[in-house]
Parts: sequence; structure tokens; C-alpha cells
Amino acid sequence: MQLRLEPRALQSRAMRYASPVIAAALTLVMGFILFAALGKNPLAAFHAFFIAPINSINGVAELFLKASPLVLIAIGLAVGFRSNIWNIGAEGQLTVGAIAAGWVALNPAFADSPLLLAGMIVAGAVGGMAWAAVPAFLRTRFNANEILVSLMLTYVAQLLVNYLVFGPWRDPQGFNTPQSPLFADAALFPILIENTRLNASVLLTLVAVAVGWVFLNKSFLGYKTRVVGLSSAAARYAGFSEKRTVWIGMLAGGAAAGLAGVGEVAGPLGQLFPTISPGYGFTAIIVAFVGRLDPVGIVFAGLLMSLLYLGGDSAQISMGLPAAAASLFQGALLFFLLGADVLVNYRVRVIRAGPVARRSFSA
Amino acid sequence: MSDVFAAASGEKSARLELRGICKSYPAVVANDGIDLRVMPGEIHAVLGENGAGKSTLMKIIYGVVKPDAGEILWHGAPIDVASPAHARELGIGMVFQHFSLFETLSVAENVALVLPGKPGLDEVAERIGTVSERYGLAVDPRALVHSLSIGERQRVEIIRCLLQDLQMLIMDEPTSVLTPQAAARLFETLRQVASEGCSILYISHKLDEIKALCHRATVLRAGKVSGTCDPQRETTSGMARLMIGRDLPKCNHPEAAGDGEARLIVDGLSLASENPFGTDLSEIRLVVRSGEILGIAGISGNGQQELLAALSGERATQDAGVISLCGRAAGRLGAAARRRLGLCFIPEERQGRAAIPSMSLIDNALLTAHGQRMVAAGMLRADVMRDFARRCIDDFDVKCAGPDAEAKSLSGGNLQKFIVGREVMQQPKVLVVSQPTWGVDVGSAVSIRQSLIDLRNAGTAVLVISEDLEELFEVCDRIAVIANGRLSQAKRATETDVEEIGVWMSGLWPARVAGPANAHADESVHAT
Repeated sequence: MQLRLEPRALQSRAMRYASPVIAAALTLVMGFILFAALGKNPLAAFHAFFIAPINSINGVAELFLKASPLVLIAIGLAVGFRSNIWNIGAEGQLTVGAIAAGWVALNPAFADSPLLLAGMIVAGAVGGMAWAAVPAFLRTRFNANEILVSLMLTYVAQLLVNYLVFGPWRDPQGFNTPQSPLFADAALFPILIENTRLNASVLLTLVAVAVGWVFLNKSFLGYKTRVVGLSSAAARYAGFSEKRTVWIGMLAGGAAAGLAGVGEVAGPLGQLFPTISPGYGFTAIIVAFVGRLDPVGIVFAGLLMSLLYLGGDSAQISMGLPAAAASLFQGALLFFLLGADVLVNYRVRVIRAGPVARRSFSA
Repeated sequence: MSDVFAAASGEKSARLELRGICKSYPAVVANDGIDLRVMPGEIHAVLGENGAGKSTLMKIIYGVVKPDAGEILWHGAPIDVASPAHARELGIGMVFQHFSLFETLSVAENVALVLPGKPGLDEVAERIGTVSERYGLAVDPRALVHSLSIGERQRVEIIRCLLQDLQMLIMDEPTSVLTPQAAARLFETLRQVASEGCSILYISHKLDEIKALCHRATVLRAGKVSGTCDPQRETTSGMARLMIGRDLPKCNHPEAAGDGEARLIVDGLSLASENPFGTDLSEIRLVVRSGEILGIAGISGNGQQELLAALSGERATQDAGVISLCGRAAGRLGAAARRRLGLCFIPEERQGRAAIPSMSLIDNALLTAHGQRMVAAGMLRADVMRDFARRCIDDFDVKCAGPDAEAKSLSGGNLQKFIVGREVMQQPKVLVVSQPTWGVDVGSAVSIRQSLIDLRNAGTAVLVISEDLEELFEVCDRIAVIANGRLSQAKRATETDVEEIGVWMSGLWPARVAGPANAHADESVHAT
């Protein structure tokens, strides 16, 4: 007996929408078994994972605060991923965006400008795009692999921010802590809900969702990038430029990641640190794919991922669950989501020895 | 007639018998209860349109594909052909439409790879020499395969089969890559092989060939046997009715209007191929006028791909003036810029080049027809796109679930009708088409050819590149031949015939007649 995956001739539309629900149900079943085996009350664990983090206004605010950069970056990356441009270096683009915004915030020349925050936003986006432009240029000019170049530039960006906060930009009043001076209030996003950390940078994300949706689904340029991603022969036949698509894909990801960097330093952080992001640039890759590279899906995927992180922390604290169990539970959800997706597109066929095959030939 | 063979060879039973063979794929039933009997020494035709299930059936016999149900009897005993290697052990050889030779190895090395044991290359070369002399299959055992012509490669494949103890030879559409003269020589060889007792299964959809060669024919339609007949006695229209279920339709082809303006001029195009095994173009000259169809015949691999890429703009030429389009030097323009000048192009690859399989027909309409007011201020106009796709589906009789159907859900013929419709509806000034009806069912082929003729009548300059001579004579006003990267002069279709074009296809044509676009090309061409 043999198992084989065969492409389905017709994909069920209903199953396409039901697959996340089925995946969630399977995750709960697996979680039930997992937590019970660990000697914990599964219902209490579920509560710690899914309810406790968001049963207060502050919790909900944290959920959105964490989801916002994930969604923002994922939408930028989705533009590239749809055209098979693999920007893996959003983390580095985020860091450079934050550095650029920090430079504007810390520059005394701009301190009194009413456009300080706007200037930081622009600088952040430009910084992220500049960092993404390097792999784009090397790819279009020398056909260098953008996956490697963008990933390696992440480490360069990390060293750059280290140099700045350990060196020229170190806070003179900071007792030698590697961090920049605190930004002035005018250089921070206003808080949206009092007594929470939720700030106006989520509005940037909402704008990005809208722009991303229109670009990917309604614009001719978005269509061209999709064609390049699906078939380079068809793109050449239609006369759509592959190089331009590389630039669009890389710069969209870079701009989004740079903006997310601004959101961090001009939001919850309020200054530059050696670690600006807890890996948003990498997690956003998962968010982009779980959201099926569609802006609306990405919003849900970003919220889910954010909840899983908050829930993991909460379960570790309140239930004493090992960190590994929390990660396992998060991984299981992604596994079931992607697995259900495969089964929407493919069916499993069991191949048994048939009547013809059984009659073996002896020469 | 099969009784004669049984009696002659002293065998009572068929060499091969299939009973109720079924095979289905996810979306299609390829074979549905097929019966077939092949006698020793018989040349048996398996006749059917593209998609009728011929290739699947042959793959089952050759052990490439397992049937879902049914029995295979070899010399009267039921067997299960486990693999192609097993089939060769039994004495079954197959020559595929697309050859399975290593281009960088020599003929002898390619042959040695499939022979049992480990014979030395000298011994293999000697055996190749013997067989090729006996059957008139001239080929040099030491030549590297990539240096061989298509016809020679086919000979290598046949020799490779003949070197084994061959009891049955399967030929899958062998003449699609041959000139008419080479096809005639192949028939001589096959007759000789059959006269020595070997059975031949001959797969084709060309009725004339089957009449000329085969003793018996089994006709397939939509995965089922629609009938068997004796091709010597049955008429071609009778066989066509068995094959397509109705009479063969015809195109309506009035005389060309006369001398229109020259819309597409190629003047001395030489271009090295990007593919190491491709063909370099050399001094190509042609003119296509408004209101005429120029056909380019030739066996595939003689520079057609390279010429098409240069014409469509997928590959730019060094010198802008070499190609002019509606009076503009266009050699260095890209594909999009040439479309804006009024060029439309239909390549032979439908899925993945002319259409994107996973996109809807609406989105596929946008691929090239975006100039039809489908884009305003950079945004897509969904209503215009849908309307265009729907009109294309209606006017060109595309069978599909609707404009939202994905391109991959359409059959090859229906997708081709959609693509032709999409280009024709843009009312191009120049249309370049490659293999317009390759792999398309007979009914669709006629309607596609008719729409090319209608477009010509409306004043478009049409260039058709095809391997199918019948098709070219049906639609073209003038015909030229491409061989080894060189193009012959064009002759009026009414002043030439299949035999003359066939000779030209092997690279031998007379010196050019001086004309406006080929004034300085007075050399005669001797390509191998």
C-alpha cells in the first residue's frame, strides 16, 4: 500500500474557508492531549493561552501592539513573495528604519519642528528601502540571490545599531548602558487608549492593509508582479519587466519593515536599544504565509500569532508550563493550518495492489 | 485481414491482446474499456484525435503506466508489464514522439545503455552498422547525438529497438517530425520490419499515412474504441467520422485581396541562439503584407523558436533596423513596446506562456489585452475585463465554466481558442502565430484557422509558423521554409505543393529570386 498526494481538479471553496477552523479544532484536540499528559488541567491551560491575555483592555491593547508590526511587515513582504522575490531580511530593514528614525529624533536641528514625527516616519521608510535596495540591486545587476544577501544584511544592520548605541549615540546620562537618550515626547506616537501602550503607529498598519489590498488586488502593477511570480515565461511574453518587479517587491518589504521599526522606537521603546525587535521581521514571514499572502488574511494571521505569543507567556507564568510546551503548542497550530491547506489543494490517494498488479510476471 | 497474418506465421493467437483496459486520471478518464488485438507481422494503426487516449494506452503496453482495470495478454498469456525494462525483455520496443536520447553521448553509447549485458562500444558500433545496412537506416555510430538531425535521431531510436529481439514496435506519431520524403523512407523501413514478423503499433491522427501504411486500424474517441476498420478499404472521410464523430469540416478561404502595405519586414536577421543546442538564425529575410497570410514551414528545431522570440520582442536584436513593424524600426523594442505598435503574438506553449494556468480567464485576458481600456489610472476595470472575457468565450465558442474558470481547467483546444480570440479581438495590425492548432481537436482547429483567415480579410498581416503542411496549405497565401536557421524565399501556395515544400524542408531550395526585401540574397542555400 502506498500513499500519494494528487492535485485536486476542483478545490472546494467552502473547505478553503473552513480549513483554518478545522486546523484550530485539531490544535485544541492535540493541546488537550498535550496538557493532560503534562499533568495540567487542559481547560485551565486553554484559558491561560486564549482568554487570560485578552480579558482586559490592557491585554487587548497589547494584542494589537504586538500584531501591528507583524501585519505591517507581512503585507510588505507579501508584495515580494507573490512575485517570488524572497526578502528574508525584513529584520535588518526594520533595524535600519529604526536607526534612520532615531537619527531624526536625536538630531537637535529637528527638535522643534512640528513635522518631527512625520520626518521620522519618512526617514524610517527610506532607511528600510535603502537596506532592501542593496539585495535588489545585486539581484538585478549580478543575479545575486536576494535570500542570502538580504539575510546577511540583517546581521550588518544589527552590528550597525550596536556600534551606534555603544558608541556615538550612547546616552551620556545612561550610566554606560548601551542605549540612546530617550526621545522627546514630540518624537513619539500619541497613545490611543489611556493607560495602555497602544499608540498611533497601528494607524500606519491600517493604512498599509488598505494600500496593500488595493495594490495586490486592484492595480495593474500588482497584477504584473503576480504574473512575474507565477510564470516568468508568461511575463516575458506579455512584456512585463522582471527587474522592475524585483525592485517593487524588495522596496515594498523594506518600506514596511522600516515603518515597523519607527513604530517600535517611537512607540513602546522610546529610544534605540541593541535589540529593537523581538524577531518581528522573521515572524512576519510566517504571518505572510499563514495569511495566504492576502492583506485580509494577514490581519487575522498577525492577530493569531500575537495571541499565541502573549498566551505562551501567560501560560508559562500562571500554569508553570515549560517554555518548550508553549512553543510546541504554537508550532502545532501552524502545522495544522498549513497541513489543512495542503489537503484543500491535494487529496491523499491510497494505492493498493490491484487485480492486474497482483498477477506478477515470471520470466 | 488479420487471419491472413495468423495463418502466415503459423500462430493461432494474437501477439498482443488488450481486454477492457481502463485508466483514469483525476480529471479525465483516459482509457475506458479498450480492446485491441495485434497479430504477428501486422502494422496496426491506433487512430484518434489528441486526447482520445492513444498515448495512455501505449504507455500501458510499454509498462510506463499501470491500468486501473483490464487484462493484457502477450502470446495468449496474461501478463503484467511492470516497467519499460520488462517490456523490452518481452521484445516490445517503443519510439516516443519526444526522443529519449542523451545529446552529449554518441550514437553507440546511447544504444549501449539499453542493451543487456555490457557490450563493448566497438561491438555495438558493428551491430549498429549491420542493422542500419539491412534496413536502410543510415547513421554514423560515432556521431554525437546533438549533431544529428531529427530524422537521424529517430533512426537511432528505431535501431536501438531493432538490436533487441524485437516482437513489437510502437511508433508514437513518428512523422510529425519528418519531411514527407523522410516519412516515405520510414514507411519502407517499417514495411520491411513487419514483413519479418514483427508487429507494429502505429499511433497517428493522419489519415493518409494510415491508408498508405497500415493493415488494420483501431479508432479511439474520448477514451473508447469507436470502431475498427481496414484502412485499405475504408475511405478517409469514413475514418474521420469514426475519429471525430462527424464529417471533417473545411475552411472557407477566398483569394487574397491583393497587394497591401508591408507591415512586417525582416531584413537580414542573424542571431545566435541562447540555447547551446539551439539553432542560430542566419540572414532571415521576409515581408508580410496587410491582407495576406505568410506561412513558414519547417521541422521543429530549425530556428523557429529563435525567430519567434526575435519577432515577438522577447529577445531584442542588436540592430534596430533589422525588424520593422508598421514602418517603425522595432528590432530593439521589447515585447510590450511592439504590442503598442500593433503586434500580437500567439506562441505554441499555451499553459505558462500564453496563459497562466492558475489565473481565471478574466485575468488571462488582461495579460495581453490590457490596452483594450482595461486599465484606468493604473487601476483595473473589473467590468471591462469581465465583458471582454465573456465576449471572447462567446464569439470563439470556448467551452468552459465561465469567465471565472481557471485557465488550467480548459482543454488544450478550448484554451487555444480563448488565446486566439484574445489576440484577434485586439484587431492587431500584425499577428504572428506559432503552431496554431497543435494538439487541438479537429473541430476547434478548423475554427481557429477560419479566424486567422477572417483576420487576414480584415487587413491584418498574418505570419503562421507550423510543422503541419496541410494546415499551411489550407490557410496561407504564400509559403516559405525554414531549415537550419535559414529561410527560403516565399512561394504562392497555389504555385507549389507538398512535395516541393518537403524537398525545401531538408534545406535544399533554389537561389532566391530578387525582390524588394531580398534583393541582396542571391546565394543558393545548401544546408544539411
